[in-house]
Amino acid sequence: MADLKLDQIRKSYGAVAVLHGIDLDVKDGEFVVFVGPSGCGKSTLLRIIAGLEDITGGDLMIDGEVVNTKSPRDRGIAMVFQSYALYPHMTVYKNMAFGLKLDKQDKAAIDARVREAARILQLDQLLDRRPSELSGGQRQRVAIGRAIVRQPKVFLFDEPLSNLDAALRVQTRIEIAKLHQDLKSTIIYVTHDQVEAMTLADKIVVMNGGNVEQVGSPMQLYHHPETRFVAGFIGSPAMNFTKVTIDAVGQGQATVSVPGGMQSVLPFNVDQADIGKQVELGIRPEHLGLGDEGALTVSGVVDVVEKLGDSTYLYLKLANGDRVTVRAPGHSRVKIGETVTASAPAGAAHLFNDKGKAYQKVDCPAEFSAEE
Amino acid sequence: MSFANIRREDASRAVIVHAILLTYTLVALYPIFLVVINAFKTRKGIFRDPMGLPNAETFSLEGFTKVLAKSNFELFFYNSFTVTIVTIVIVLLLAAMAAWALSEYKFPGNTALALYLAIGIMVPIRLGSVSILNLIVDMGLVNTLTALVLVYVAQGLPLAIFILTEFMHQIPKDLKEAARCDGVGEFKIFFAIILPLIRPAVATVAVFTMIPIWNDLWFPLILAPGDGKQTITLGVQQFIGQYVTDWNAVLASLSLAIIPILILYLIFSRQLIRGLTSGAVK
Repeated sequence: MADLKLDQIRKSYGAVAVLHGIDLDVKDGEFVVFVGPSGCGKSTLLRIIAGLEDITGGDLMIDGEVVNTKSPRDRGIAMVFQSYALYPHMTVYKNMAFGLKLDKQDKAAIDARVREAARILQLDQLLDRRPSELSGGQRQRVAIGRAIVRQPKVFLFDEPLSNLDAALRVQTRIEIAKLHQDLKSTIIYVTHDQVEAMTLADKIVVMNGGNVEQVGSPMQLYHHPETRFVAGFIGSPAMNFTKVTIDAVGQGQATVSVPGGMQSVLPFNVDQADIGKQVELGIRPEHLGLGDEGALTVSGVVDVVEKLGDSTYLYLKLANGDRVTVRAPGHSRVKIGETVTASAPAGAAHLFNDKGKAYQKVDCPAEFSAEE
Repeated sequence: MSFANIRREDASRAVIVHAILLTYTLVALYPIFLVVINAFKTRKGIFRDPMGLPNAETFSLEGFTKVLAKSNFELFFYNSFTVTIVTIVIVLLLAAMAAWALSEYKFPGNTALALYLAIGIMVPIRLGSVSILNLIVDMGLVNTLTALVLVYVAQGLPLAIFILTEFMHQIPKDLKEAARCDGVGEFKIFFAIILPLIRPAVATVAVFTMIPIWNDLWFPLILAPGDGKQTITLGVQQFIGQYVTDWNAVLASLSLAIIPILILYLIFSRQLIRGLTSGAVK
């Protein structure tokens, strides 16, 4: 168990820079998830922490000690791969014991640790099988077991659930969450699936283009995204965005004109200098309701309806060509081609300037705040 | 087209393929069959009816008794066996390690080195016979098995490295990285993970390396023709005379020579069939 500190970590392949100075603090026992689109550098960052890639610049510290040039085995990490990477010619037991045997540890101690890990992961019955005789979920559990027996300072998971089918993915996700509660270990977990990130993480690191966009708890990211990218990436279906113009600015409020010429007063701290500028307004589909009670109103023609049972997603096309997703109740009877009006309270809005930075929201209502 | 038609077409194709393969097998095996049956005949039997099976009248073991009694057959066997086994071991070890380095580590000149090592596949080693002989003479290794082993290792390495490098490229990267995260050293990764995984390739290379060495007449003839150092192919030559050839003995020794190589082949070919990489990564 250990703290982890990244200080201005940079990585280039030749002239191509893929990580541009990453700063991050991971506290002992924290579950940190790196999330971002493909090619954002999250896997590279994980491999740097593991010691499988060289660091181009910056320092990586585990337990206060710089480990930049240390080999993976001297860093006290254990990694679980997306492809499981089990040794195919060894039984489950040997797969888990292999790393320990090399440390010249006592046979009985190794045996005890392997059996304990097998018990935790319910692999007791499978110890004599080879990987080829296991299902995908079982293989992934063996891979996790191989990490557990090493009692590492930091666990690294590289998209461990991507190869599992949907049902198994949910089940294994819960098992990983339980495992973290039991072991209280520091875990760094890479995924492109924002549901995994939201459900597992103490702290999410959203990455984009080799930079950290925002670090925060799942609820912070959901309610207070600092950039338009984070707002669009976290949450499913994605947040709706539309261009608006700032007409007037007051004390803790801004008047914007939304598409269709309607004006709304929104609770944001906006600079006087921004009057007249075009900015982006974001509202989550689940904060939009059918009807026009809210301060922000849109209407458009429904062109796709997705029924999920508990809710129905309506995809509207607005008069100005923008698309808006609305989450309606599951019993909604709206049909394709109908014109509907949806609205949201002013507190649900997000406002981003032309550089994608969020304006600060004031007097945030409790239902749209991460504070507890 | 209905499914029944497709199935009929498949069946007829299978029959044709099998017919061709069976014909080829018969053509390939018939000379060996002739050698073996004639080894068990009297000299008269061989010449009177070379195609016939040995019967009560023609059956005789005189070839075998002659070979075993009149010549140093056990010694020839021992020489051939030593040279082949030692060469296989050295070739496999060196080639596997070279292949691992070429496929796993990035270093300047990696591609050039791989190409250089592959050139040996295209250039027949016999072209260098004269220089090899000079070299061996200078080293004072004439009439030793060491000379043969050295030459055969040089002959076997290029193809072995080429085949093994290709196989090692196919081993998933994650597997090696998992081992590195597990704290496994590079040598241990090579011997405990990589080698077991490429066992089928190693067996292939062993067979490819072994057969030309066992059958070679050229290098034993020029490098180690001396008494006591002949290999089996060279040993057989003593029964082939300019005027009289002792066919019983020649055929008997050839029959005997097949046995060890057949056993080695059976051992290695069992490895060929095993698909060991299944279940490594999804």
